[in-house]
Amino acid sequence: MRETNGNRGNGGPGGNGGSRPGRPVDLSIDCGGIRSPNPFWLASGPPTNTAGQVMRAFDMGWGGAVWKTLGDPITNTASRYGAIDYQGRSVAGFNNIELITDRPLDVNLREIAEVKRLYPGHAVVASLMVGSRDEWREIIRRTEDTGCDGFELNFGCPHGMCERGMGSAVGQEPRVLEEITGWAAEFSSIPVLVKLTPNITDILDPGMAAQRGGADGVSLVNTFKSVIGVDRDTFSPIPSVGGEGSSGGYCGPAVKPIALHMVTRLGKAPEFRLPVSGIGGVQSWEDALDFLLLGASSVQVCTAAMHYGFRIVQEMTLGLEEWMREKGYARIEEFRGRALPNYRDWGNLDLNFKIVAEIDPATCIGCQLCYAACEDGAHQCIALQAGTRVPLVKQDECVGCNLCQIVCPVDGCITMIEVDQGLPRESWNDRVARGTAGAGGRH
Amino acid sequence: MPLAADRVESRLTDLKPALTEAQARAEAARCLFCHDAPCIEACPTGIDIPMFIRQIHSRNQVGAARTILEANSLGHSCARVCPVEVLCVGKCVYNDKGEPPIMIGRLQRYATDRVIHGGIQLFEAGEPTGRAVACVGGGPASIACAHELVRRGHRAVVFEKADWPGGLNTDGVAPYKMQADESLAEVEWLSEIGIEWRLSTEVGRDVDWADLEREFDAVFLGVGLGADAPLGIPGEELEGVWGATALIEAIKTGRRVDPASVYSAVVIGGGNTAIDAARELKLLGVPEVRMVYRRGPDGMPGYAHEREHAIAEGVSFTWRAVPVAFEGQGRVKAARLATVDRGLAPVGEPFSVPADLVAVAAGQNRLEDLLASIPGLEHDDGRVTVDPATGRTTNPRYWAGGDLANGGAEVVDAAAEGKRAARAIHEWLAGNGGAR
Repeated sequence: MRETNGNRGNGGPGGNGGSRPGRPVDLSIDCGGIRSPNPFWLASGPPTNTAGQVMRAFDMGWGGAVWKTLGDPITNTASRYGAIDYQGRSVAGFNNIELITDRPLDVNLREIAEVKRLYPGHAVVASLMVGSRDEWREIIRRTEDTGCDGFELNFGCPHGMCERGMGSAVGQEPRVLEEITGWAAEFSSIPVLVKLTPNITDILDPGMAAQRGGADGVSLVNTFKSVIGVDRDTFSPIPSVGGEGSSGGYCGPAVKPIALHMVTRLGKAPEFRLPVSGIGGVQSWEDALDFLLLGASSVQVCTAAMHYGFRIVQEMTLGLEEWMREKGYARIEEFRGRALPNYRDWGNLDLNFKIVAEIDPATCIGCQLCYAACEDGAHQCIALQAGTRVPLVKQDECVGCNLCQIVCPVDGCITMIEVDQGLPRESWNDRVARGTAGAGGRH
Repeated sequence: MPLAADRVESRLTDLKPALTEAQARAEAARCLFCHDAPCIEACPTGIDIPMFIRQIHSRNQVGAARTILEANSLGHSCARVCPVEVLCVGKCVYNDKGEPPIMIGRLQRYATDRVIHGGIQLFEAGEPTGRAVACVGGGPASIACAHELVRRGHRAVVFEKADWPGGLNTDGVAPYKMQADESLAEVEWLSEIGIEWRLSTEVGRDVDWADLEREFDAVFLGVGLGADAPLGIPGEELEGVWGATALIEAIKTGRRVDPASVYSAVVIGGGNTAIDAARELKLLGVPEVRMVYRRGPDGMPGYAHEREHAIAEGVSFTWRAVPVAFEGQGRVKAARLATVDRGLAPVGEPFSVPADLVAVAAGQNRLEDLLASIPGLEHDDGRVTVDPATGRTTNPRYWAGGDLANGGAEVVDAAAEGKRAARAIHEWLAGNGGAR
């Protein structure tokens, strides 16, 4: 996905040093005590259902895999998946009503042990979901024997399992989440991650519960409760199971911004100290980098692998390596969380920072989308001119909102120019502190 | 009304074939939905192009067709025959972005194919007014006029001297753009709402103008242009020497011409009819097709993009030359050409080029005799004088549009002018004009 923001592009310590072909780049990471050769893990889901898949994924370059959730084998429906297409591209958003593994536990455990034996350097994390304390003790004991590198407690699944008191039913109740996390921490001798559901009001509540329960890290986000759409002939919700449907978990590129917000929320909370494995809409190295820059230690990917296959990881590793070379970073820890200090509460943003739009008439193609957007959708600061289709920004009225730049189809045609107002930095909170705040604030 | 299936044009295929749904939606997704879109501005009928493209993208194919056909009832043929390169597509902002412009014509075809061939009728006749209008000439201008009139409740009767309806859409459009049966399908669909046809009926010969005026409250003239203008040089009567529109009509409606018997063809002229004739002959397999034009390429009135297609297809050009005679015994064997200077004066010795078929595209005669037979009708060199806002002629019961009024333009212009006249006629009738 392409982000558009006038303030983007602050360089790292190396600045724009250009490509450095000879310099080695180390992608290895440690997320809550689970180490992997790169930060790209397959998230728990259909791509990690079997040893054959996981081994092929490792061969393709994935650094880790969270095995499809182990528990009491279930029966799935047909169909199970639905997707949003946008502007001719399929799978802008994806949803599923598939449940945890439908394979016997001993088969899964045998396969996990085999993968771990053949790929000792890769991270193999077992996702777990059972009910009672005794069941948790039993499955942790048996699964630990496979030699896996850690556990991920599935407190996120928002469909099917939650109706049975598991998955997001746990993730939405911080006290229950804390208690079960405590069991797992007690029974396990290897790292325990807690996978959080985003279907809550404030992600910090379950995040803190996981921390209090003794987790070694959290994974987020699991999928969002969703109805992908309706079949306009049969009137069945999609995905349709014999003409009927149910809410499923939503993921894919469309959810990335919400996932980034939740990762940021935890990263900015001083009381929250656990490592984060970031999940949600990662399709490319750029998406993954956003998670890393906002503090994630690893990223998990599912939809992209379901869409394009395991090979997609190579674009991610190559892209991240190239970016690190260009910026002069040797290790991920050197830039992980680098954007977090720049994330501020709205009340601390500088109200005296001003930018205005500028249209380059040489590259403008005259579509006038910026005019329509500003006139109808924003602040009426762009005018049409006689004799040319190139619109004119009324810069003395421009509020610097960015909308014109966002809708412009020509890269670089509209730029946001910083205007020095000769005023010192002043935030809303500064005004409140000085007692000069009015009643306002844009909504 | 149906034409023979084995007519010559049926050997050609569409140069711009139908898009699949996937292709159409992918192309539609590229449209930027410009504000005050230049493509709309470039369309003589003002079709809301970004809207119908967006409708295609959202799988509203029938709605897209409705958007098109509400603006231009001839939208089905225009999708195929419009010179989009110099109209909507030529104005697409993607041209300035260095990216391929949107394939507007093909998207339009994708939409209209669905209703025309899907048996989906979008229109109906208006509440009957009891008034009647004669539309003389069965081409795009008259059809657009009649369709609009019937939608407004008036009776519309189209008089066509040929045995088939559609005018040049049926018998004059280059077959690789649209074949005759496609035009007939469009006419049939449009006529479903109640347009009446009197085929094989030439007004002024089979029916008197006075009879028309007795039966109808108003008359729309959409008779187009006359026959191919002759050059007036020796040998023009030889077998194998064709007027270009007559040749094209023969290719499109029957089997009177046999391209397989032609090795060298010479096309005289530099307009779009000349280029069409040359391309058709080449695509039908004639090994050597030569266009002969009295000026250089920059002086050609035909579209540059059409000329480039002709060159790519293997048509050769002899610039700055005019024919002085056609040679042969009974059948034409050669064209005798003279090189001319910039003042079009012959220079040097004439030379002969082989030609076992000649197509003369030196313009078409004006229908001055016909126009002279209608009282009070002013015209300028065969082009009927009309009020540009209404299409009304200097005889208050006559309106006109299409090639007869504009001197020879595109189908889309004829469609716009036919509709313009229909609206003016409707207002006149609604104001009790012509009441008897």
